[in-house]
Amino acid sequence: MTASNVETPLIGYPQPIASDTGDGSLDGVRVGVVTFPGSLDDRDAVRAVRLAGGSAVALWHDDHDLQGVDAVIIPGGFSYGDYLRAGAISRFAPLMEQIIAAASGGAQALPVLGICNGFQVLTEAHLLPGSMVKNNHLHFICRDQRLRVENADTFWTSDYAPGEEIVIPLKNQDGQFVADNRTLDELEGEGRVVFRYVDENPNGSRRDIAGISNAAGNVVGLMPHPEHAVEAGFGPDSSARGEVEVRGGTDGLGIFTSVLKKLVR
Amino acid sequence: MTAETSKKFNIDTVANAESTPGQPLPWAELGLKENEYRRVEEILGRRPTGAELAMYSVMWSEHCSYKSSKVHLRQFGEKVTDAMKEHLLVGIGENAGVVDIGDGWAVTFKVESHNHPSFVEPYQGAATGVGGIVRDIISMGARPVAVMDPLRFGAIDHPDTARLVHGIVSGIGGYGNSLGLPNIGGEVVFDSVYQGNPLVNALAVGVLRHEDIRLANASGVGNRVVLFGARTGGDGIGGASVLASESFDSSKPSKRPAVQVGDPFAEKVLIECCLELFKASVVEGIQDLGAAGISCATSELASNGDGGMHVELTNVLLRDPSLTPGEILMSESQERMMAVVTPENVAAFEAILDRWAVEYSWLGEVTDTGRLIIEWDGEKIVDVDPRTVAHEGPVYERPYSRPAWLGGVQADSFTAPSSGIEQPADLRAAVLELMASPNLCSKDWVTNQYDRYVQGNTALAMPDDAGVVRVDEETGLGVAISTDANGRYSYLNPYEGARLALAEAYRNVATAGAVPLAVTDCLNFGSPEDPEVMWQFAETVRGLADACQELGVPVTGGNVSLYNQTGGVAIHPTPVVGVLGVFDDVARRTPSGWREDGQAVYLLGTTADELDGSEWARLRGHLGGQPPAVDLTQEKTLAAILVNCSRDGMIDGAHDLSEGGLAAGISEMALRFGVGARIGIDELCERDGIDAFTALFSESQGRAVVSVPRSEEVRFNDMCTARNFPTLRIGVVDTENQALDVQGYFNLPLDQLREAHEGTLPKYFG
Repeated sequence: MTASNVETPLIGYPQPIASDTGDGSLDGVRVGVVTFPGSLDDRDAVRAVRLAGGSAVALWHDDHDLQGVDAVIIPGGFSYGDYLRAGAISRFAPLMEQIIAAASGGAQALPVLGICNGFQVLTEAHLLPGSMVKNNHLHFICRDQRLRVENADTFWTSDYAPGEEIVIPLKNQDGQFVADNRTLDELEGEGRVVFRYVDENPNGSRRDIAGISNAAGNVVGLMPHPEHAVEAGFGPDSSARGEVEVRGGTDGLGIFTSVLKKLVR
Repeated sequence: MTAETSKKFNIDTVANAESTPGQPLPWAELGLKENEYRRVEEILGRRPTGAELAMYSVMWSEHCSYKSSKVHLRQFGEKVTDAMKEHLLVGIGENAGVVDIGDGWAVTFKVESHNHPSFVEPYQGAATGVGGIVRDIISMGARPVAVMDPLRFGAIDHPDTARLVHGIVSGIGGYGNSLGLPNIGGEVVFDSVYQGNPLVNALAVGVLRHEDIRLANASGVGNRVVLFGARTGGDGIGGASVLASESFDSSKPSKRPAVQVGDPFAEKVLIECCLELFKASVVEGIQDLGAAGISCATSELASNGDGGMHVELTNVLLRDPSLTPGEILMSESQERMMAVVTPENVAAFEAILDRWAVEYSWLGEVTDTGRLIIEWDGEKIVDVDPRTVAHEGPVYERPYSRPAWLGGVQADSFTAPSSGIEQPADLRAAVLELMASPNLCSKDWVTNQYDRYVQGNTALAMPDDAGVVRVDEETGLGVAISTDANGRYSYLNPYEGARLALAEAYRNVATAGAVPLAVTDCLNFGSPEDPEVMWQFAETVRGLADACQELGVPVTGGNVSLYNQTGGVAIHPTPVVGVLGVFDDVARRTPSGWREDGQAVYLLGTTADELDGSEWARLRGHLGGQPPAVDLTQEKTLAAILVNCSRDGMIDGAHDLSEGGLAAGISEMALRFGVGARIGIDELCERDGIDAFTALFSESQGRAVVSVPRSEEVRFNDMCTARNFPTLRIGVVDTENQALDVQGYFNLPLDQLREAHEGTLPKYFG
């Protein structure tokens, strides 16, 4: 990083971004964040929704009611300790039945985002194809990761430009995305590879895939953590969207603003 | 549990003990000394039952009773001024100390050791070390918000070191990452003195509102006593008494079964469940189960409260139904808590535990009899005064004497001609060697296995001087924490070594921009039965207590780990000191690197010929002389300058100088953001009367390097002058040439420096 043209964004209190439309306001959009036993980044996801201007609603795994939310985030963590297999037990939670039904609902389908453990839950629930296995180097890894947004047409990526690069934290033990070649070809062919690792593949994921979507584009899962790059002062040190100050990276915010703007329109 | 089951054990009841006074008991195997066993008999007026013996043996162990260290540790309570108590809400003696940080917020923090288990079974030993300290924090009523781990291993190239490094680092990561706690700092040190005794210390920080403080006591006659969390199993029996209170000896069988096994998922659920219990105000007193398990929890809760408790032990939920009452009392199974609940709150308590699917069992109730009565199937197996178990254990005034060898070691100075060691001819090569050395190389390989992002409040983490987390999202109120120790300094002079450890941790917190507020310590030593080790311990405590008083920061709690020795050889005395500081707004924290072209680089403080005990001396295989002098008045002034600079926006980067001196300091500052600088040291050499090598490698204290924006230089200089603190402009930040250019001596491209710095750990452990 060269520091000659360092921008110094405001490092300060969390301020929601302003809504961009005249009529509907973003804070009318209600985004549910699911907590399982062992969820870790649920409060971070709630904060990210709030910083993006939306309203977050806490959802409990054991409930049968989605409380009428407009979208759902399944956050990171080690739900049920990742025992048996990451996401394998959570997939059977009562609330997941509601989410699976709502997310599969054609044109009016519920937008769902799975981050890290949430992505693993979505593959176990067969809302997304493929699976995650242990990183090829066998270690837990926490690093600031550069990604390319391959598809900017999904509910969760429309605020990015196609091909835009972003830097957000990655942290996991079982992050290696695997699928058979036919599935991988299908994902590529249908433009359903949403995020791809750039510079370095951190875990051996097939074809550098970091995140994918379902055919309708309402369900997206990714291993890195956009909710940890939404607030200047508490994000990564670097950003692909312009040089920043220490821990100033906010490249992940677009994921949350994308869905809010889609839903308000 | 049926009567039929209990018959299996041929229960040793109190009545049986009274009628069979001559029955031999395995007190020596359980770690009690003969005089201690006789004392138990005297207290009870009869021989103890098997269950009572189990309780006394664990609670009177060195690990639980502090019997060798207590007489010295008193100084932490005695050398305290009223001003030091100002921010202290809960002091030494509870599960962890609690400090007021303003706006109704409080912080609790503590560092503990898990050394012995981590050598025997590295992954589980290190993992349960994190689990134990986190439960201490929960017990105070706080939400844990961060952890950090000061680690010390044997020589980096020793064949056993990789086993320990891999196991311990992945154990800390595996447990801490699963709890959702950011790991924001710590230390990694390699030294052959820790070969058979790695030091695995674990620190945790928690946040709470003043009104949420919970204490470990059982009050209110008729209140119910409940055990909840994981079931009780056969793991960790004798962990405290046998493992942590004895030296290792190759002639004895493996102690692996004495190590506990952790389940981080159970702990994460326990954290959330406890926080909900606190929020609903349905527990009167709470205590975590760590060392000595149920023995400790029942006796401490009872003796801190109304003095009595009645427990039916067959109600304990077991993983292994074959456990005897004594084993149940001693088991150190993890992820368990004990609480006291009023009868009216029982239903509410049960509803919250059911919601989190946490198992619980009602064990008994609080009484005012002054006795802790434990029954097995209605038969009395324990009848003791709980204070005699928890608080009135043996206290030893262990003999101590200054080691005979110390005079010779202190006379052997690194820079004296007699050492026969010459200065390096090539300073550029020397800097590269230093920055690639095991103790100054990049620790990314370790810290990249820890989650530093979770909770979204981490404002600084490694490799910055201190870890910083935000406490209040509205105001930005937050805390900084740093831990430090230098076993080599303490070996040369334990009194000064303790003061140096505190000075560095204090300086680190201030360098990050926080006002230092309180101290926690983990005192790692060899066997207290060795008078020379005991002298090192006594000197350390004296030095630390004196220094705390001089700096005005109280010790709020901590831990002593003795018997860190193998085959008669003790580790270097290693007092790990953690300092907590407060920010009114973490937005003004200072990172440990410079970034902006043209900013001035200043050195604060003066440099003397102080290479004894230094990292450079280590690289030349030398350990002798006296450690650097520490002047706490200067440290206070330096800290005030650094905090004010941060508050008023006068500096953009700051890094304290310690191990590796100026050479390490400017290298790390350049690597932090990958930005070079042009540095001149001739004026420094002239002012302080030293040569270039000394300027770069001396470890003189009370120093820091800062980068100052051009527009702030006048104000910055005025402030230092007003405080009569020596400063010197030694260079300028240079974003054009990707190099650290020490003019007239060497030019080091950052790529080359980074390669040397980052290559070491992957080379040995990658």
